[in-house]
Amino acid sequence: MPSRLDTLAEAARLHDVFVQAGATDVYADMLQSAETLLDLYGEDIRARAYVTSDALRGEQMLRPDFTVPVVQMHMDHGAEPARYTYNGVVFRRQEDDPSRPNEYIQVGYEVFDRANPAETDAEVFSLINRALGDVPVRAATGDIGILTAAVQGLNTSDRRKAALMRHIWRPKRFRALLDRFAGRLAVPDTRRALLDAVDPFQFAGPFNGLRSKSEVTERIDALRVDAQTPHLSDAELDLLDQILSVKETCRDAVAHLRELTAGQTLLEQAVDRFGDRVAALADQGIDVDHLMFEASYGRTSMEYYDGFVFGFYAEGHDDLPPVATGGRYDALTRRLGRGAEIPAVGGVIRPDLMLSLTGGAA
Amino acid sequence: MTLKIGVPSKGRLMEKTFDWFGDRGIQLSRTGSDREYSGRVDGIDGVELVLLSAGEIPRELAAGRIHLGVTGTDLIQEKLSLWAQRVETLAELGFGHADLIIAVPTCWVDVDTMDDLDAAAAAFRAHHGFRLRIATKYHRLVRDYLKSHGVADYQIVDSQGATEGTVKNETAEAIADITSSGETLRANHLKILSDGLILKSQASLFWSKTAPMDAADITTLKALKHKLAL
Repeated sequence: MPSRLDTLAEAARLHDVFVQAGATDVYADMLQSAETLLDLYGEDIRARAYVTSDALRGEQMLRPDFTVPVVQMHMDHGAEPARYTYNGVVFRRQEDDPSRPNEYIQVGYEVFDRANPAETDAEVFSLINRALGDVPVRAATGDIGILTAAVQGLNTSDRRKAALMRHIWRPKRFRALLDRFAGRLAVPDTRRALLDAVDPFQFAGPFNGLRSKSEVTERIDALRVDAQTPHLSDAELDLLDQILSVKETCRDAVAHLRELTAGQTLLEQAVDRFGDRVAALADQGIDVDHLMFEASYGRTSMEYYDGFVFGFYAEGHDDLPPVATGGRYDALTRRLGRGAEIPAVGGVIRPDLMLSLTGGAA
Repeated sequence: MTLKIGVPSKGRLMEKTFDWFGDRGIQLSRTGSDREYSGRVDGIDGVELVLLSAGEIPRELAAGRIHLGVTGTDLIQEKLSLWAQRVETLAELGFGHADLIIAVPTCWVDVDTMDDLDAAAAAFRAHHGFRLRIATKYHRLVRDYLKSHGVADYQIVDSQGATEGTVKNETAEAIADITSSGETLRANHLKILSDGLILKSQASLFWSKTAPMDAADITTLKALKHKLAL
């Protein structure tokens, strides 16, 4: 591992690169409201972040990243457009891998700008690419927006689309839902019995707890409607599978996706946005004839990215976490903005990993 | 040095453990007044009895402060991450059987599987403005199980006892707890989800992989295993 002094110096250098690019330095408290983070990520984050508490403020979390507090700060009193940078320690609980550090420095760059999403995507990616210098890394990119467009474009009920959207970041559950909506999974006997029952509440016993009888009735009604909803067609499922398995250079992926999605308005628009981004990346000097694109990339990471996603990985070190990651998170600004929203994209670099790949001198 | 064996300090778990060892020619017993936590071991030399709360035995094994310990599989897996790297199961003792399960109110006739629970949780959050609460003391095991089944929009609320009562008291919507006969669940109008079995637990004898042992201890452990027919 690189020395602490070297890591701090490298972090300062990266931070300076971002300041030179026009970013304002911002700070976030080390202790964050656990409630905000739990509401965003759900209970799973307890396995990845440290929770502490006091009798006055209740549960607090050692910041697992800067993005959430930076978005909150911007939504509260930021001017537009804005570019921010930060440099500090984040904390990640490691329950399964003792070799991974539970605290490390992140240096980040975040852009809040309505003007041109393709250009800001390219700006963040190429700035981070440049800041990484000669470190031997390979880049991976993806686009959650193409997947969400594919779901929204399905010829099925809004309820089914909402269920799929909710599980986009849980590929296994997403797949199970697709199989069920396509009629490829058998309906459980208990479900069939419930829907066939004349009085579903015959053996219900007394009602207790906060979830009321009307909520149960509402769900039974929804299940009845769902049972009448036609299966997703094989053609639709095949298209989704073909989209999900696209893995080629950015240039080729645009052409391939255009071919796959011809005539599907929502998907065509999403692929257009991808095409614009690739053009913007090329304008920034990125070699899009070699930069890889993977349609299912980024689905298992933190679930706030909803458009462009990217990561830089150590060449030949599959065991190491990515040296840099980032993406677009418009929906996060909507959730934290209390009615307001703004397109946003950003990325972070880990200086300790950078140095460990270059033997100390970046 | 001596080989330290941690045994639950009271109740049926202690008595059954004493019986199990007694059947195999090793007498464990408490000494002094029945309020004093000290014990003795007969039938083998070099073994010391340490009486502990069953809940603390996993921690003491992991820290290497005891060499052997009797406790439930549920407590080992809940309290120790990477438990298989830190302790080894020498024997399942055939008592203290309990299942860690997820249960919901019987009146939730629309919920029978983990998939249903997930769908109900999504609707509950939309309706009530907070995540569906699951009361348990097994935070890690329950969270891992819900994650592997893709359940979202829930929260765990800590419950160290009388967990089955939390639903009626409206401090939780569902529970995850240990059950053996299911009677308490039925009495509180709760039902187990058909795929809601998280873990089958029983009292087991564990060996600490981290406790320091000298040559004499290794000999003692061999003799003990021989006597226990392990």
